[in-house]
Amino acid sequence: MSLPHDLILRLAPLPVLIPLLTAALTLITGRRPRVQQVISVIALSCVVAVAGMLLYLADRNGMAALQVGGWHTPIGITLVVDRLSAAMLLVSAIVLLAVMVYAVGQGISDGTERQPTSIFQPTYLILTAGVSIAFLAGDLFNLFVGFEVLLAASFVLLTLGASADRVRAGVSYVMVSMVSSLIFLIGIALAYAATGTLNLAQMAERMGAVPSGVRGAIYAVLLVAFGIKAAVFPLSNWLPDSYPTAPAPVTAVFAGLLTKVGVYAIIRLHTLLFPSGHFDRVLLICGLFTMLVGIFGAIAQSDIKRLLSFTLVSHIGYLMFGIGLNTAAGLAGTVFYVAHHILVQTTLFLVVGLIERQAGSASLERLGGLLAASPALAVLFGIPALNLGGIPPFSGFLGKVTLLQAGVAEGSVLAWVLVGGAVLTSLLTLYAMARVWSKAFWRARAQAPEGELADAAPSALIDESVDMLFDERPDPGRMPRLMLAPTVALIGVGLALTVFAGPILNIAARTAGDLTDRSTYLKTVLGPADTAQAGGGR
Amino acid sequence: MTANLTLLILIGIMVACAVYMLLERAVSKMLLGMILFGNAVNLLILTVGGPDGRPPIVGETDRVHHGTADPLAQAMVLTSIVITMGLAAFVLALAYRSYALRATEQVENDPEDVKVASRREGEDPEQ
Repeated sequence: MSLPHDLILRLAPLPVLIPLLTAALTLITGRRPRVQQVISVIALSCVVAVAGMLLYLADRNGMAALQVGGWHTPIGITLVVDRLSAAMLLVSAIVLLAVMVYAVGQGISDGTERQPTSIFQPTYLILTAGVSIAFLAGDLFNLFVGFEVLLAASFVLLTLGASADRVRAGVSYVMVSMVSSLIFLIGIALAYAATGTLNLAQMAERMGAVPSGVRGAIYAVLLVAFGIKAAVFPLSNWLPDSYPTAPAPVTAVFAGLLTKVGVYAIIRLHTLLFPSGHFDRVLLICGLFTMLVGIFGAIAQSDIKRLLSFTLVSHIGYLMFGIGLNTAAGLAGTVFYVAHHILVQTTLFLVVGLIERQAGSASLERLGGLLAASPALAVLFGIPALNLGGIPPFSGFLGKVTLLQAGVAEGSVLAWVLVGGAVLTSLLTLYAMARVWSKAFWRARAQAPEGELADAAPSALIDESVDMLFDERPDPGRMPRLMLAPTVALIGVGLALTVFAGPILNIAARTAGDLTDRSTYLKTVLGPADTAQAGGGR
Repeated sequence: MTANLTLLILIGIMVACAVYMLLERAVSKMLLGMILFGNAVNLLILTVGGPDGRPPIVGETDRVHHGTADPLAQAMVLTSIVITMGLAAFVLALAYRSYALRATEQVENDPEDVKVASRREGEDPEQ
């Protein structure tokens, strides 16, 4: 079957349009939760299918640029589908679908009349649309709009139910995010002043003519903005304070996605707009400190969700390591590691949600004896934990090895220091996971300091934590299938990253090749004739 | 390009005041700081708009605008104003909710942070 030549262009706006239109539909059907849930799951499945198709087409035929509204480049807004965008879209869509099914299952099993499910669905779909806009943007201001859509939806999701804890965490999260958005706007203004355009491809061409110091200053402002969003040290302290207070599926999505959109923006800036190696060393040093500070923070925690938030911050350091190396091998490792990390962190947070439901707490001071109580839960935790800790043969090990090889190949002193730091962080991550295992699963609950206390009943979206005695807690029963199935599915996709590591690493290598060679991107967006013309006469 | 120095100094002062207010504990003061910061950034976007480097406008052939303002800068400012306003309304709702729950709108320290920080040194971390 021969596909239409411009199928990729026809499919490109769908990851944005489908969630937005479905968000409107779910708002209309707010009184009928079953209809709402079915519509949302169908829409997100369509987005997964479209994203998979986009990745296949982009890998086979090369990248494509869609001029929205027919305005020819560079006057109009461009949506660019290249391997990196399509890959990030696919992984995000898979994670978003899995968490939606999990949230639906949790709502069905434990939801009461007061759960705000009628706004959860539309907001979640708008989050999906925002993520898609950000990944597909070929225009710096469109990237800003994508970030804002995504952040506004995340504010609502974080403060669902508006308990005192969530409002406190929500205020600090909103303030930090707003500051980062405003700093991003400052960077946009400066870039516009220097180059006179907002289209990424045209800006990439004109940025070469800007004096090196000014270029460095613009990049610094944009790096601060994205550093806050991506939670890079020293801009990472907001994350562990705000993420754990959200409901479990919401934390899972945030942990898996929101920081990675910031990382994606840094990758685009570093390879497309400022490819001459500004701030490579800064990225490497910040990556090292992110890795170490994050993991030492994780070891000190006694709440599993906070511990996982700190490991999230720590592993962002690996991504900075790959980007800072500024070689094709480093970028390939980064791409693979991003896919792995999104899947693993989301899975771990979903498992913590299951632990909260079954055992009545997510704090290591109260948990114990889970291995005996629920061996299935132990397996569900064990596999992603080993994956995160970098044990062979899982994808965590493969991703780390790829990054370490890239670091060794680069060979400078700083790269070797980072290789050492990466290995140390991996060992400490394993230690943190082993600590959780030994306290929550291995020892008996009687040995936990507050083991006799537990949350009263599993709550779906609203935070109604009332303590009661664990023995008197009503038995939550077996884990609901709709919550188990997406967790198992995500673990399966994570294992598929291992089984199909060969082809996936090849795709990652081709993606890195695309990124290091800007001319393909410029030619696709601006057209071959325009490239020569615009480059010659300004 | 030549930019208006007075405006740039004004933007600097506004950002400095905004940062000072953002570091407060009360949510209403943080909100005012955020709005001030937003206004300063909008002013910056307006300042950098104008005759430079062939902005992407249909029919644009010359570096200098002949009697027309830079529409791209205005579009950016409009978007930014709308976003800041919407989010400021949300923060106001959060502040009111915080006040309704606890009769205060101060942002408290994160309790887990406080717990971890105040752990005594001799204490066994494995317990």
